[in-house]
Amino acid sequence: MLALEAMDYTAGGRRILSDIWLQVDEGEILAVIGMSGCGKTSLLKCIAGLVRPSAGSVRLEGRDIVPLGEADLNAVRRRIGLVFQYAALFDSLNVYENVAFGPKQHTRLRRADLDQLVSRRLGEVGMSGSERLMPSELSGGMRKRVGLARAMATEPAVLLYDEPTSGLDPVIARTIDHLIVETRNRTRTTSVVVSHDVRSVFRTADRIAFMHEGRIEAVGSPEDIRASSSKVVQEFLEADSGP
Amino acid sequence: MVKVVWRLSQRYRFGQVLDEAMRRVYRTPHPLYTSLVMADGLAAPARSPARSGPGWIVGVLQYVGETVSLAASAIGHLFRGGLNVGLAVNQMAAIGVDSIPIVAATAASTGAVFAFYTAGVFLHFGAGPFAGGILTVTFFLELGPVLAGISVAARSGAAIAAEIGSMVVTEQVDALRALGVAPARYLVLPRMVACVLMMPIAGLVGDFAGTAAGMLMASVNGITPSSFLESARTHVSEIDLIKGLIKTLWFGLMISVVACHQGLKTTGGATGVGRSTTRSVVLCVVLIFISDFFLAQMLKGASIVVK
Ligand SMILES: Nc1ncnc2c1ncn2[C@@H]1O[C@H](COP(=O)(O)OP(=O)(O)O)[C@@H](O)[C@H]1O
Ligand SMILES: [Mg+2]
Repeated sequence: MLALEAMDYTAGGRRILSDIWLQVDEGEILAVIGMSGCGKTSLLKCIAGLVRPSAGSVRLEGRDIVPLGEADLNAVRRRIGLVFQYAALFDSLNVYENVAFGPKQHTRLRRADLDQLVSRRLGEVGMSGSERLMPSELSGGMRKRVGLARAMATEPAVLLYDEPTSGLDPVIARTIDHLIVETRNRTRTTSVVVSHDVRSVFRTADRIAFMHEGRIEAVGSPEDIRASSSKVVQEFLEADSGP
Repeated sequence: MVKVVWRLSQRYRFGQVLDEAMRRVYRTPHPLYTSLVMADGLAAPARSPARSGPGWIVGVLQYVGETVSLAASAIGHLFRGGLNVGLAVNQMAAIGVDSIPIVAATAASTGAVFAFYTAGVFLHFGAGPFAGGILTVTFFLELGPVLAGISVAARSGAAIAAEIGSMVVTEQVDALRALGVAPARYLVLPRMVACVLMMPIAGLVGDFAGTAAGMLMASVNGITPSSFLESARTHVSEIDLIKGLIKTLWFGLMISVVACHQGLKTTGGATGVGRSTTRSVVLCVVLIFISDFFLAQMLKGASIVVK
């Protein structure tokens, strides 16, 4: 479904990602973990076609999107949903319009159907009844959940989550974890979840990739990662499970 | 007068200002995605900006290339029916509310001061019957459009650069692209259409505010409104008005494209937004003066000053 091959990414004169090989099957949840600044967000932006890798390829259903122009990329991006780390809500639009943005731009839903869609999505993230609020009136965690609802609105084939639960309280975080799995089960969405939360990753992910300084240090099932012989991986896991 | 101003400013300032603006613009490392946004629809492979070569010439060429391709892709969306009319109307309203009062104030003040300084001189040389015509033609051809352009660039152009710039640094522009919507269509096109449609109106406001204030001031200084108007009627034609308004169409296009371009290539958080906004105003004002010179050459022909 999604395959990165020998991908490099350079920005601001610096090599940010090096020699990334990754494959995600249809309906699979791949978690990407690693220290802050190791390039997780950049990885998602490369997959979403928001930045152009400097080498290698990003294949979506077999088609390499790296050489595509912006017009073709726009068509590709409609099949991909990206949940931004800091929500990136449109602050001139209210919650309803934010969530309805994708469907409104790309489909001809009737008003009633759109209303229903938006309220369903907001319900899923525990934000029912917030339609008329402006993003500036929301807390960080609430914005994040609206961002989630916006990315999921069109039920894209690939969903990329950038730290969907960081900064949320544990109860909501657990709800979001469930939502990610449930969405996958319902629509066979291919998911890449970037996360800091090691425990939730081990609960939800089918496979885990550990990134370190722009490289994939280890990739495998949760058990493989736990049993990894890599020193940085073990340090990362220990730091999280410590008292 | 314009020629002299232009020569002087070219000798002492424009070179430096432009050069410095370009060098600053291109020395800041900017991420590849802005070049992706710029190349929207043109399928140009993103390359990092050239940092070598004969400095500012490369910078100027690159700047022209980026702005022209941004404008071209917005216009492409226009022809494919991609204009969001609601957004364009909102932008027009914003320009009307924000900029038109400033245009009226600057033009009225300039017209009054102009009349204050010249009325006595006209009368002294027995040229009272020419005062109204000269002031009116000056405003219609030159001061109305230029003052309107500068006011719109300073108020609405700055607002556009700041708004789009803050959307870039808060990743809203990326969010737009991630949802499959081209910023050139959703952000640039409505602002472009609004600026191009509103600038002539701003120009008209400038023309008439300046002339009316000049007439009032002249009447205080011994030239009666009726002789002022009579003079304007004999010496000024609609052609002069139209020539001025043609300039404003170009200014509107230029302001919107420069401001949107600066906004889209913003980097570096809140400071970056401030930088883009300032840069947008400086570039617009400088470009208004430069292009005004060339427009004046292109539009020259019969008018009172030449006859
Ligand atoms: N456009 C850019 N220009 C320069 N450096 C960048 C750019 N984007 C990301 N970086 C750098 O790349 C590294 C990885 O960033 P990021 O992908 O955001 O990491 P993470 O999401 O894992 O915290 C950071 O050191 C960041 O400063
Ligand atoms: Mg990140």
